[in-house]
Amino acid sequence: MDLKFLEKTAADVRVGIVKAVGAAGSGHPGGSLSAADIVTYLYFNEMNIDPENPEMKGRDKFILSKGHAGPVQYVALALRGYFPKEDVLTLRKLGSKFQGHPALGKVPGIEMSTGSLGQGFSVAGGMAMANKLDNDPGRIYVLLGDGELEEGIVWEAAMSAAHYKLDNLTAIVDLNGLQIDGNTADVMNVAPVAEKFAAFGWNVVEINGHCFEEINYAFTKAKECKGQPTVIVAKTVKGKGVSFMENNAGWHGKAPNAEEVETAVKELGGEF
Amino acid sequence: MAEKMATRQAYGKALVEIGAENKNLVVMDADLSKSTMTNDFSKAYPERFFNMGIAEQNMYAAATGIALSGKVVCASTFAMFAAGRSFEIIRNSIGYTHANVKICATHAGITVGEDGASHQTFEDIALMRTIPGMTVVNPSDGVSATKLLKQVIDMEGPAYVRLGRAAVPMCYEESDEIVLGKGNMVKDGTDLTIIATGIMVNEALIAAEELAKDGISARVIDMHTIKPIDREIIVKAAKETGKIVTAEEHSVVGGLGSAVAEVVTAECPVKVAMVGQKDTFGESGKPDELKAKYGMTAADIIQAAKSL
Repeated sequence: MDLKFLEKTAADVRVGIVKAVGAAGSGHPGGSLSAADIVTYLYFNEMNIDPENPEMKGRDKFILSKGHAGPVQYVALALRGYFPKEDVLTLRKLGSKFQGHPALGKVPGIEMSTGSLGQGFSVAGGMAMANKLDNDPGRIYVLLGDGELEEGIVWEAAMSAAHYKLDNLTAIVDLNGLQIDGNTADVMNVAPVAEKFAAFGWNVVEINGHCFEEINYAFTKAKECKGQPTVIVAKTVKGKGVSFMENNAGWHGKAPNAEEVETAVKELGGEF
Repeated sequence: MAEKMATRQAYGKALVEIGAENKNLVVMDADLSKSTMTNDFSKAYPERFFNMGIAEQNMYAAATGIALSGKVVCASTFAMFAAGRSFEIIRNSIGYTHANVKICATHAGITVGEDGASHQTFEDIALMRTIPGMTVVNPSDGVSATKLLKQVIDMEGPAYVRLGRAAVPMCYEESDEIVLGKGNMVKDGTDLTIIATGIMVNEALIAAEELAKDGISARVIDMHTIKPIDREIIVKAAKETGKIVTAEEHSVVGGLGSAVAEVVTAECPVKVAMVGQKDTFGESGKPDELKAKYGMTAADIIQAAKSL
């Protein structure tokens, strides 16, 4: 693991998120920024993928179950070489491949259309089942928000993934503590998240979702675990890296204006 | 037409036959495999069968993941929990990605019988046909269920296959040709056309015989594929017979009747009378009693025909 490279790349990803959402004039910067380090790690240090051959057999797959964080996936894919960076700045515009929530078949590297919460997690479970059936070595990674855990289908899927011993499935919960209407603890308390997954039969690893050493440790543990799916409960900060967005539910689904984009880019110190 | 068979029985048998040749076929169920008849497949090919427990939404989303990995999936439960409970998952996961998932839903309509209103689905055809790219199929008997299932599995993309609980008479011989997307004229006639689907095809044939005694010549079309609907056969019937009765074991809101009306109002306006569940819930009872009480019998088709 090249820590400097990952930190630099994550800063670039964050700048891309802010610029893309700013250019779109709408979107979800807060939950994209909180997931930026995890998504950067997955695309740049973890997954067996090939931007030249997005449909490569045996590849690892990443599903963004919290589809509203689409910008983090689009920007990471662009930086990984799936398509030119400039393309992402058409986000949310009429005729753009970059839909408000990821859409299968429009953008290379997107493995599932998401946006309606909880479903991506369940679909990822299906992909892991299919890979087991085919002895496909590809691993399935799926990112959920903590507010998303309020959806009932999440727990149906958690039950079946443990039942079918999907050790090729790794879920990551972006535990930023906020949802649209406020703190998850106030709106609908999802805690204790780690204990809930453990009770459902999952291998649970709790980390700081902004520390690459811990992220690296968690994904290593996930690969070592046999007979159980793994969930990485990653404590994160919504809006991470942009001072005026951090820990502010108001930035869940609001775009920064030109001035705010400029301030954010300066703070982040990356380029896109 | 002596032999009787439920379309779900034909489905269970056909799955085992198709599964022998098509190793890519995966079957899923939600704790109803003995009722949906997927249990025969589960015994024949246990490695390709997944019981997902009483969690239909997860079943249809997981089916999407399996299908997007290159498989063809038949995922079964009762129509209420497929089209009803799982609608939004079918729309956003299966429909939006055009995944190769076949939603094979059994126990549709009033003939569920004694289980009552909570299990009697009259909305599924309406719901499923609003999803872009979804094929909607409602076979009339065991022969057509088997033939249509094979074609549905061979086609690429999502489909909803509506199957019944109760044993119904055979409308077809093994040698009859049944083509997905093509309505079947099972009886010719000149005075009016009865366009029926599912178990109402048999009722339509009985009604046509009775109408003939009164000197009324009724054409009967089996509209086993409700989406994409066979516009040509509907327009031809409208032009040649001038009147249409639709018959379905489903709500008159949004189902076959609506689909037929959408075609004739645009292409050849004629009067359309709709036989079906009249925007009300059902209740417990024997299938035949319920069909009579809620107006889905040959007698109701005759009455509708004479009202035009």
